[in-house]
Amino acid sequence: MTDTRIWDNRAWFFVVPVLVFVLFSSLVPMMTVLNYSVQDSMGQNNFFWNGTGWFQNLLDTSTEIGKRFQGALVRNLAFSFLVLAIEIPLGIAVSLCIPKRGWTVGAVLVIIALPLLIPYNVVGVIWQLFTRTDIGLFGAALTGLHIPFDPRQDASSAWVTIVLMDVWHWTSMVALLCYAGLKAIPDAYYQAARIDGAGRWAVFANIEFPKLRKVLVIAMLLRFMGSFMIYTEPFVVTGGGPGEATSFLSIDLVKTALGQVDLGNGAAMSLVYNLITLTVCWVFFTYTTHVDAREQA
Amino acid sequence: MAKITLDGIGHAYGPARTDTDYALKPIHHVWEAGKAYALLGPSGCGKTTLLNIISGLVIPSAGRLLFDERDVTRLSTEKRNIAQVFQFPVIYDTMTVAENLAFPLKNRRMPRSLIEARVCEIAAMLDLTGDLNRRARGLTADAKQKISLGRGLVRSDVSAVLFDEPLTVIDPALKWELRSKLKAVHRALDLLMIYVTHDQTEALTFADKVVVMNDGRAVQIGTPADLFERPEHTFVGYFIGSPGMNFLSGRLTGRTMSTEGHALDLDHAYPSLPQDRAVKLGIRPDYATLTAANGLPVKVRRIDDLGRKRLAHVDLGSQPLVVTVPNGMSVEGSDARVSFDPRRTHIYVDEQRVEGIAA
Repeated sequence: MTDTRIWDNRAWFFVVPVLVFVLFSSLVPMMTVLNYSVQDSMGQNNFFWNGTGWFQNLLDTSTEIGKRFQGALVRNLAFSFLVLAIEIPLGIAVSLCIPKRGWTVGAVLVIIALPLLIPYNVVGVIWQLFTRTDIGLFGAALTGLHIPFDPRQDASSAWVTIVLMDVWHWTSMVALLCYAGLKAIPDAYYQAARIDGAGRWAVFANIEFPKLRKVLVIAMLLRFMGSFMIYTEPFVVTGGGPGEATSFLSIDLVKTALGQVDLGNGAAMSLVYNLITLTVCWVFFTYTTHVDAREQA
Repeated sequence: MAKITLDGIGHAYGPARTDTDYALKPIHHVWEAGKAYALLGPSGCGKTTLLNIISGLVIPSAGRLLFDERDVTRLSTEKRNIAQVFQFPVIYDTMTVAENLAFPLKNRRMPRSLIEARVCEIAAMLDLTGDLNRRARGLTADAKQKISLGRGLVRSDVSAVLFDEPLTVIDPALKWELRSKLKAVHRALDLLMIYVTHDQTEALTFADKVVVMNDGRAVQIGTPADLFERPEHTFVGYFIGSPGMNFLSGRLTGRTMSTEGHALDLDHAYPSLPQDRAVKLGIRPDYATLTAANGLPVKVRRIDDLGRKRLAHVDLGSQPLVVTVPNGMSVEGSDARVSFDPRRTHIYVDEQRVEGIAA
């Protein structure tokens, strides 16, 4: 059989507007950062080539900036891990408690969704005030009970505060996603489980959890990204302190690039930071598509 | 092994004020141990409600449910010892086929050796032996439904196995095979089985006794032959058989029915009915034949050739009938005559059959 199809690639011209849009929306701004990351400047807009110097410094933990970056990265990963470890199981537990029918469904869903509707910096202000040891209900109560707690002075108090804050802010999202997943399970599964004499735990382990897996992957991806790129709330509550205790990658990046106007280091940091999030995204994506493909087979 | 008694069981999903609020009108019936029953009726007639009441997924709003002599009306599903197979396959994704089959037994803490033996036995009955160690997730819809059936059959101590239209998702070719397999399993296990379906062939081939339901009511309970030869309700006559029974409206006086200006002599007398009573005469298409000579004059509308037999759609006055065309008879033009086998005619008053007296 000879190929009789007409060979005509003019349709590609229709893609041009999209390419132009992407160029201006992401590539051009990115190029500025890329530009700074390979050059050095002494001011007066005079640049000279620095090659991979900034990157080498950044990834070399014996340099000052390398140490800072490593510290921020480790703190950030620890924060993401803690947040996921609490929010995912808690979100599942909450979603299992939401009623499935009746007028209470709407009421409960609205109440649960409330934290999601609050602007990030307002969340920060709420928790900043809430945990103050003089006038904040939470902080003052702990101090009154003689439990040492001061997020402004003590690193572990600061960590407790921002982890609690994130759990308060985002567990609802995990719960709502899981609730949607649970609602999609046909009644016949629960009926069959009752007929089969399965207990509550067996129903969860053999019906609900397997059916929630896909939703949970999405929830984990969203919460990982959210917590890995977190900026506003800890900035308002702790400002990255005390000391460096809660300065995560984004906070450290702003300090470097805007506070100290260290453009070379800032640009290199931005790119590596970006690369890490992209990599994690890609791993999640290939994992989910891989699982899908395996299920289709 | 138990018999199940429905003692005035009825159910309304909302508050029950009038008769029409009941999805299932109060019913008395005894399901005998070891028999195969079919619950037959159109969609929404209350079959599934009745099944769910027996398994305890629905608590009836009226009546008592007895397993042997024990009242289980308010007992939870788990404590009732009943197995049920649903319309769409329910399998546990994360388990293998063997684990799926073993699940009802494992939950009841049976010893492992017994579980294994039982799983092997059921798998062999359903041709699942080769798949036992496979993940249940990747299987086809009919293999999954076989697993569901297997989970229903795996417990040997159940009072009954209930099937809720279990073959809906199965290929027609496999349906026959699975149905006869179920029949064989029934003979082998000697369990009370109740099989819900809206397919009369399925009901008539599977069951010893068929319960025909319509509009929340059990209109007739009988053997397949009973339902065919003596439908107690016009609905049964119409629903069983393909095409359904013919009904002719007319008036009955003594042994003579007059309809459309013709007089028809019946085999039976109905002394319980007053003279000149409005009745319906029911006759199966199989027992009404087109004849060349004497009979009621009809107009032929069309003839369907079904291969094995031919059916004529005719009009007697304004009333349509479906009748059999005898082999070898050729129908010319639209005028013809039909005759009824007088032993196969039934008289219905208010949709209920009236028993006649042979004269």
